[in-house]
Amino acid sequence: MSISTLLAALLALTSVAYIAGRRRAVVGSASAPIRTFHSLPGYYGGYVALWCLLPALALLAIWVVVEPIVLRAAVIDSLPPELAELPEDRFGLFLADVRNLVDGNLVFGAPDPAVQAAAERYAEVRKTSRHLLLGSLLVVGVASLVFALRRVQPAMRARIKVEKAIEYLLIGASLVAILTTIGIFLSVLFEALRFFRLVSPIDFLFGLEWSPQTAIREDQVGSSGAFGAVPLFVGTLLISGIAMLVAVPVGLMSAIYLSEYAGPRMRSWAKPLLELLAGIPTVVYGYFAALWVGPALRRLGDALGLEVASESALGAGLVMGIMIIPFVSSLSDDVINAVPQSLRDGSYGLGATKSETIRQVVLPAALPGIVGAVLLAVSRAIGETMIVVMAAGLAANLSLNPLEAVTTVTVQIVTLLVGDQEFDSAKTLAAFALGLVLFLVTLALNVVALRVVRKYREQYE
Amino acid sequence: MSEPGPVKPNEPPRTRDRVAEGLRRRYMKERAFRLLGLAALLFGLGFLAIFFVTLVSNGASALLQTRILLDVELDPEVIDPEGRRDAVALETANYQQLIRDALNRLFPDVTERSERRALYRLLSPAADLEVRELVLANPALIGETRSLWLLADDDVDMLIKGNIDRDVPESERRLSDAQIGWIDALLDEGRIERKLNRYFFTSGDSRDPELAGIFGATVGSFFMLLVTLVLSFPLGVATAVYLEEFAPRNRWTDLIEVNINNLAAVPSIVFGLLGLALFINAFGLPRSAPLVGGLVLTLMTLPVIIIASRAALKAVPPSIREAALGIGASKMQTVLHHVLPLALPGMLTGTIIGMARALGESAPLLMIGMVAFIVDIPESPLDPATALPVQIFLWADSPERAFVERTSAAILVLLAFLVVMNGIAILLRKRFERRY
Repeated sequence: MSISTLLAALLALTSVAYIAGRRRAVVGSASAPIRTFHSLPGYYGGYVALWCLLPALALLAIWVVVEPIVLRAAVIDSLPPELAELPEDRFGLFLADVRNLVDGNLVFGAPDPAVQAAAERYAEVRKTSRHLLLGSLLVVGVASLVFALRRVQPAMRARIKVEKAIEYLLIGASLVAILTTIGIFLSVLFEALRFFRLVSPIDFLFGLEWSPQTAIREDQVGSSGAFGAVPLFVGTLLISGIAMLVAVPVGLMSAIYLSEYAGPRMRSWAKPLLELLAGIPTVVYGYFAALWVGPALRRLGDALGLEVASESALGAGLVMGIMIIPFVSSLSDDVINAVPQSLRDGSYGLGATKSETIRQVVLPAALPGIVGAVLLAVSRAIGETMIVVMAAGLAANLSLNPLEAVTTVTVQIVTLLVGDQEFDSAKTLAAFALGLVLFLVTLALNVVALRVVRKYREQYE
Repeated sequence: MSEPGPVKPNEPPRTRDRVAEGLRRRYMKERAFRLLGLAALLFGLGFLAIFFVTLVSNGASALLQTRILLDVELDPEVIDPEGRRDAVALETANYQQLIRDALNRLFPDVTERSERRALYRLLSPAADLEVRELVLANPALIGETRSLWLLADDDVDMLIKGNIDRDVPESERRLSDAQIGWIDALLDEGRIERKLNRYFFTSGDSRDPELAGIFGATVGSFFMLLVTLVLSFPLGVATAVYLEEFAPRNRWTDLIEVNINNLAAVPSIVFGLLGLALFINAFGLPRSAPLVGGLVLTLMTLPVIIIASRAALKAVPPSIREAALGIGASKMQTVLHHVLPLALPGMLTGTIIGMARALGESAPLLMIGMVAFIVDIPESPLDPATALPVQIFLWADSPERAFVERTSAAILVLLAFLVVMNGIAILLRKRFERRY
């Protein structure tokens, strides 16, 4: 019996509860006809349904958490002693095998008899557990249903109670946003701390050498693993810098042209078209950077007699810049439009031309907002993954030459985590340390940028 | 004012002339600035154009696939020498042999073993599956000779589509001179044609480009979006309603608000790390499953939906709330019966846009194991699957030339989905947008 069947049964019971509660209010009784009830009948139905659902749901949630622990203990109890004394990680593997066998997942080869026996035991205990669960769910559900039904009286203010419950539901939903942030921070922080137990944070943040391949065997030569992240930071900054060199001038000039020069008709088609660039998935940009821009730059370099790596920082940066153009342009467009017309009129009145007004009046007035937009764009560029995974290099290369291949923080996170990995090696955990740095840097950029933009808006409101 | 006389050589330039000269320069600068702006705009739009032209010109050819016409003799001696004609015999029969025989009959002078093997390589390794399908569907055909258009190998396909250069020296080419000779012979007889590529739309991934399709990835993406939608829409709307209609203005709600804005700007790859550490490592959910992908994407889409829903709620005029409250509705009734229905189209628009963004997202999916090579079509959100953008990523990394056109075609399909979703959002907005 799966959890979803149980849930369905519970929901069925809940709808019965709703109908019963509503009916009780509609029918009323001789001493309490329907008009004496405080709330509409539906609220009494909802009241009973909530009473029926919530305790049972809580029970179900607790069961789901506790069941695996009990099952594990039951399986361990039944095991022959030599298996029960396996080291922790081997035992985890063994349990995973058992679970796979029970769930009918693919198991390669004939299963080990020990696994088979454990699996049978596991399935048996789980079956009992599920029957028990169904029974207790029904008991709890029906008991609370009856309890709530008896409270359906004219004086009971069902609407207020139901509305309170809905409000708590809404509060709960908005807490998810907070929990997500905390969850991200804690989960990444936790793994990063495990990494810093293996590698000192100083070495990580200031080390100049990055080669995360650690030795698999003790006696292996030449791959002790070095986790100095400076080459990654430099590479990230180089590629983001190139991207900003493309995106800021082009985006800003497009925004200026669209908001100050273009007529309403041109604006109405050019703006959405430009924003189309923002809707294209990043993997598509990555494909472009890797298959067309990279080779084209290489050929161009050959023609000019320059050595250009086919995964050069320039190619990835250029394409990333194009991706960010609409981001910069639509943010600056908002900002430029927020500059009051009176400032422009004053400038025209003094005889300035349009471009002089823009350069000497509008842009300085809009500068804080534009800076905010650029900061947001930088955080976008630093966190961008697919383009660099597909078009930037893999080897950490401490270089500021845009024609060479460099690697970035995001590329390293992906290469360290894609494929099979064990969760204890420094190699895997390093990805989380990098993720932590990435998260903190982008968070700081965003907080600053949002604050700057908000300050700026308030200035003209 | 007097007429401007001719400037005398040693008279200092008059103010008027200096102004005129200055004006000329200033107007020139003005024009230059304007042109610069136009150029910037055209740069962006130009890239967009290049982008689509490249994609369409590269991807269109993936719709057609080269096939070779062979007269296959469905020889009962080969298919079913014992004459049992039962399903097992028919399924395990050596259909490869039938195809080889047909090729040998076409090119009787190819006798050497290695040459023959090169000849057989003109056809896809899966061509025999098509013959098998035919025989299984209609066992009465055994014994006849049928003319079948069989799937050619991807290298043949690339040659026919002009992506393999015949002038390159033989050693650097994927097809030998002899193979090209046979292909030309087949072409002369009209035995090579491009037919609709059905595998592209109906099958999962494959190592053989001619068999690879996007259906598996599309189904994976569908399951993922389903999970995302089911979770993020109610949560997002509930959060927005609470923050906009009920929440008191205090430090806590400010914190939630700042949080949501920042969450919208966290790099997507960090969400992938969260998914890996939390959902897979701590909760023990299966790797590569659309369920986990959907959970991660939910967290990413939530801020988008919340922000859009709050904007939609803000757009409902206070008079509606006041009218409802005035005739005795409770706060909750006002919101649920009057405000929410009016704001719903705006919320749906935001949700669809959020979904479209989730559909195009790939970086966090790399972290949670959805980059695996998966041939089967997933049947539930718990089966291993890949997603459309990840499939594009995988194909873009493949060395075979034939995957280039497939990548472009898959991108076109992905973009088509995005266009449809955004189109629906725009229509919805147009249809239900109200000005109060």
